[in-house]
Amino acid sequence: MSLSERLHPGINLAGTDPESHEAAEEVLFGFWIFLMSDLVLFAVLFATYAAMSVQGIAEGPRPAEVFDLTAAFLETLLLLFSSFAFGFAMLEMKYRENRRGVLGWLLVTGLLGAGFVGMELHDYYVMVTAHGATPQTSGFLSAYYLLTGTHALHVSSGLVWMAVMAVQVVVFGLSPAVKLRLMRLALFWHMLDVVWIGIFTFVYLYGVVS
Amino acid sequence: MNWELIFGQIKWTSFVFAGMIENPSLSEAIASGAGSIAVLGALGTVVLLTVKGWWVPLWRDWLTSVDHKKVGIMYIVLALVMFARAVIEAALMRAQQLAATDGGGFLSADHFGQLFSTHGTIMIFFVAMPFITGLMNYVMPLQIGARDVSFPLLNAISLMLTMAGAVLIMVSLVVGQFSTGGWSAYPPFTGIEFSPGEGVDYWIWAVSLGSIGSTLTGLNFAVTIYKKRCPGMSLFRMPLFTWTTLCTSILMIFAMAPLTAATIMLALDRYAGFHFFTNGDGGNMMNYANLFWLFGHPEVYILILPAFGVWSEVVATYSSKRIYGYTSLVYATMCIAVLSFAVWLHHFFTMGQSANVNAIFGIATMIIGVPTGVKVYDWLLTMVGGRIRLTTAMLFHINFLLTFILGGMTGVLLANPGIDFQVHNTLFLVAHFHNMIIPGVLFGMFAAVQFWFPKAFGFRLHEGLGRASFWCFAPGFLLAFFPLYWLGMMGATRRTFTWSNPDYLPWFALAMLGAALILAGFAFMVMQIVVSVRRRAELAAPLGDPWDGRALEWSIPSPPPAWNFAVLPQVTARDAFYEAKKDGTAYRSPAAYEDIEVPRNTATAPLIGLFACAWAFGLVWHIWWLVIVSFVLIWAVVIARSFATHTEEIVPAATVKAANEAFLAAVRATPGVTRDQEMTAANRGRAIPESLEASAGALAAGAAVEVTR
Repeated sequence: MSLSERLHPGINLAGTDPESHEAAEEVLFGFWIFLMSDLVLFAVLFATYAAMSVQGIAEGPRPAEVFDLTAAFLETLLLLFSSFAFGFAMLEMKYRENRRGVLGWLLVTGLLGAGFVGMELHDYYVMVTAHGATPQTSGFLSAYYLLTGTHALHVSSGLVWMAVMAVQVVVFGLSPAVKLRLMRLALFWHMLDVVWIGIFTFVYLYGVVS
Repeated sequence: MNWELIFGQIKWTSFVFAGMIENPSLSEAIASGAGSIAVLGALGTVVLLTVKGWWVPLWRDWLTSVDHKKVGIMYIVLALVMFARAVIEAALMRAQQLAATDGGGFLSADHFGQLFSTHGTIMIFFVAMPFITGLMNYVMPLQIGARDVSFPLLNAISLMLTMAGAVLIMVSLVVGQFSTGGWSAYPPFTGIEFSPGEGVDYWIWAVSLGSIGSTLTGLNFAVTIYKKRCPGMSLFRMPLFTWTTLCTSILMIFAMAPLTAATIMLALDRYAGFHFFTNGDGGNMMNYANLFWLFGHPEVYILILPAFGVWSEVVATYSSKRIYGYTSLVYATMCIAVLSFAVWLHHFFTMGQSANVNAIFGIATMIIGVPTGVKVYDWLLTMVGGRIRLTTAMLFHINFLLTFILGGMTGVLLANPGIDFQVHNTLFLVAHFHNMIIPGVLFGMFAAVQFWFPKAFGFRLHEGLGRASFWCFAPGFLLAFFPLYWLGMMGATRRTFTWSNPDYLPWFALAMLGAALILAGFAFMVMQIVVSVRRRAELAAPLGDPWDGRALEWSIPSPPPAWNFAVLPQVTARDAFYEAKKDGTAYRSPAAYEDIEVPRNTATAPLIGLFACAWAFGLVWHIWWLVIVSFVLIWAVVIARSFATHTEEIVPAATVKAANEAFLAAVRATPGVTRDQEMTAANRGRAIPESLEASAGALAAGAAVEVTR
């Protein structure tokens, strides 16, 4: 192993000096902590949903009556494939330092992510028009829209961030600062997968079964 | 012309002065007076800045600075300004309750409701939080031998978000009303059905801004402590204040998110008709109580832990002894931090969960008394056999030990659900938490100001006036709050603007007297600062070590240079600087100097704060164009900043060398002072370590150890 790999095997910086590695470690560690506190927010929303999807139905529909599993499954595929694509972007960055490759894969990631957001908005549209299931209907639906909506907002802000990063790749090239930002964006994007897996399992699968 | 598009829901009658003109009463006059003070204060500041020509220095040296020391000082200034407002509100409430037999008094119920809501909200979010954050900002990087925090710009953004929240609360004095729902803002009362209007929205957005700022602060400090310690500074060599900062930061990372979630849900209920906490349609306010206290209980430890850190530094330094039981103090701090997440339910024992649940949380609550007790014994034993100087800070410490224990005892009482059922929602509870927060947190911060002020500004505070303020604050606190225990047990409910039991009168009178003493204490404190600034020449202690300090922050000049340490220190023991002084290895010239990179000033943070404030104001008043524009601007600033490349500048080695060698030469040329002369003009900040005082004669000439190479 080279010196830099031995120092920080987990960091996809490759080909830079040890000092950049050390600086990178601090920045990435900080971002992990940020993600942790973001996950606390999601945990709280999950807990709220857990209580309200049982006790907050009121006169409104039950989970099984409004969820469309097929759509949720397709959304899952879109989001997971977008993460897969981001993985390729990071590999292009680490092993080839290839600007075009990075940009291409970022584009794929962004399109898949945008598809995810679009499908979710369509879900909302169907729920509101076909089932009358607005967030104002019941506590359960309030919690549902807040949980999935917060996730969708995260994905959307990730898309904006991705667009900014694409511009930065063009303007600055794959400089250490840009690489570090891409790595943080990747972490962010993968965390949203994890959260979505939770939503898919707990909200959709469990909701339709029970 | 549709004015609502432009001004949202603001009308002529929204302004506090309109109430006075249309419906004059003493209560309205007081509201208008407060509004006028806010407006005149702002105007006065503008005039002062203009006349003195301070706008440019304010912007260039302070607001745009990302230096952790300046950020810290700005936090503390913010805390003191907000403290002035909230303590006056407290005195007003005391006066109202004294005058309020059988519907008397001079405040309307609504005005009284706003007073206790703003008082609580300000004291927690905009006094205590900025105070501890400012202190941690200033001291922690110095104690771990770092040049700054890990993310200096983020640090400045946290400050500006907090400031935006504080400004929003000040604006509520003039435009519109504040919430009457207390600092915890329980729905459904704070829902749109029972609290229409802007009051609760002011609370929601001010608190949200503050809590986002605190989350970012916690993240920043935790990373700083994990990653930026100087060589040799292992975790168990860190000063205790740094340890408590670490624990508080971890709590901030985990505890602020539930608050943000709760305020967002409340906002969605109010703005968009959601049903999180409403009475019908599946809403459940019990979830709010859980979310709020899931934040709220760790919050009290977020506040008290840094104060514990201060007490540990103060008692060791003013006893000239190494802290007793360092390791046990560290573990006790960690225990408290972990346990703080396991007790939130004791804030609502009466909400209706099963007795077993209550019992478990009651026991968990009592267990917290154990690590806290460990700490108290450690502080006591630190004093045993020490060379104790009864300075202002030390007086506050001894007062803390005595009164905090009493407050802790009443806490253990309240932890018993059976007793809690009797006294909950009474003044007994009010007495209890003030008994913890005032002698613990607030006086801890005051002691910290006495202790570290010379570090930050290069001169000591006037000791006589400091003691005068202590002798008002300490008995003032006892008088103001101990009667409330009695009142609570007599059945006086909290947050009540009028009452009819004549037996209350003498106790309320005593409490009023206490409030007056506290105000006098604050006046002495302000006077102390003013007098000290005037006499700064005779109080000067630029050599950095006026108290015979123990940690690294005392080894550098006062005020420290922008880069803190000319060369990053190498640490081999706890109390690193004290050990170095004892061994005669302090104040050595380093072998070589290097260029230092420091972050450049930037307008990013103040701009984000400005737009965040405008965004929140727009939300409060439903001024949707302002909401959209300022939201876009916030992110435009962030994105624009990400394209900036020259964010750092280099301080050349020669500059660092010149400054540091001049400092070292001054230290060597100055005779040290013994602890007896600590409060005399002879104390320029060069201390003879207590353990070497016997041989002081030889050392006093300052012929200390220079490295020959």
